[in-house]
Amino acid sequence: MKSFIEMGGYALYVWPSFGVAALLLALEPLLLRRRRAAVIRRIQRLNRMNETRQQ
Amino acid sequence: MSSKLINWFRFSSPTTFYPLAGRMSRGFAWAAVVLIAVGLYMSFFVAPTDYKQGEGYRIIFVHVPAAWMSMLIYLVMAGWSFLGLVFNTRLSSMMATALAPTGALFTFIALWTGAFWGKPMWGTWWVWDARLTSELILLFLYIGFIALHSAIEDTRRADRASAILCLVGAVNIPVIHFSVKWWNTLHQGASVSMTSGSSMSAIMLYTMLVMTLGFWAYAIAVALSRVRCIILERERESGWVKKLITENAQ
Repeated sequence: MKSFIEMGGYALYVWPSFGVAALLLALEPLLLRRRRAAVIRRIQRLNRMNETRQQ
Repeated sequence: MSSKLINWFRFSSPTTFYPLAGRMSRGFAWAAVVLIAVGLYMSFFVAPTDYKQGEGYRIIFVHVPAAWMSMLIYLVMAGWSFLGLVFNTRLSSMMATALAPTGALFTFIALWTGAFWGKPMWGTWWVWDARLTSELILLFLYIGFIALHSAIEDTRRADRASAILCLVGAVNIPVIHFSVKWWNTLHQGASVSMTSGSSMSAIMLYTMLVMTLGFWAYAIAVALSRVRCIILERERESGWVKKLITENAQ
């Protein structure tokens, strides 16, 4: 386990490479989920506004 | 033949493409999770230690697939931009716009992992050689595309302007690809080549291919999911979007 983390002395280079890539690839879908929730809320608001206007 | 044509045009409408994109996005997301998990396992436990670069070479399994993706996504984006310009189809421009952030992300990952590979192997994080510089220009092209598109209020004009930028910028892709051949660069030559095969061991090559397929699936899943957001944002005034959101909210 310890030797795995040490990566033959290259730990300082291997882990930031894989770590940042993993972080970004996990972050993008999360941001997209928030964008989707925001646009759906906006459309629901628009719908409500139209309904009240029609009444 | 004729029925095929009709089907294609049917899916060029956002209304019919929206639910299809949702189903496809979920499928590709699962494929991405599985492929990247397998790829990571192979990267660390199956692929042998390199005789010259030790364990440090394992960065290749994220660096090369990310670099390939950065160029491939740009080409696909240029393709959609071209279709959008020629046929004036809304969905083509939306697809181009949806791909840009993911392309920028992979370009950044390629540059970042390249720096962390270059430091132990070449002794420097960065050099202004042809390969690195042209890849950096690719990142600027992606950022320029996104910035130009968001700077223009009228979306249809924004689509056209950014499509032209994208097509002009496509000249950079062959420059990146051939840079290690055309100029004497610090960056090593291609490890995998169409013409002369691969200079690496089979298991390393397979690992890289699995990671690449995983990144493909990831990019497709994310781009389709983003194009769904873009469709909702742009078509928010249309009847079908209003109906869809009201039905799902209940």
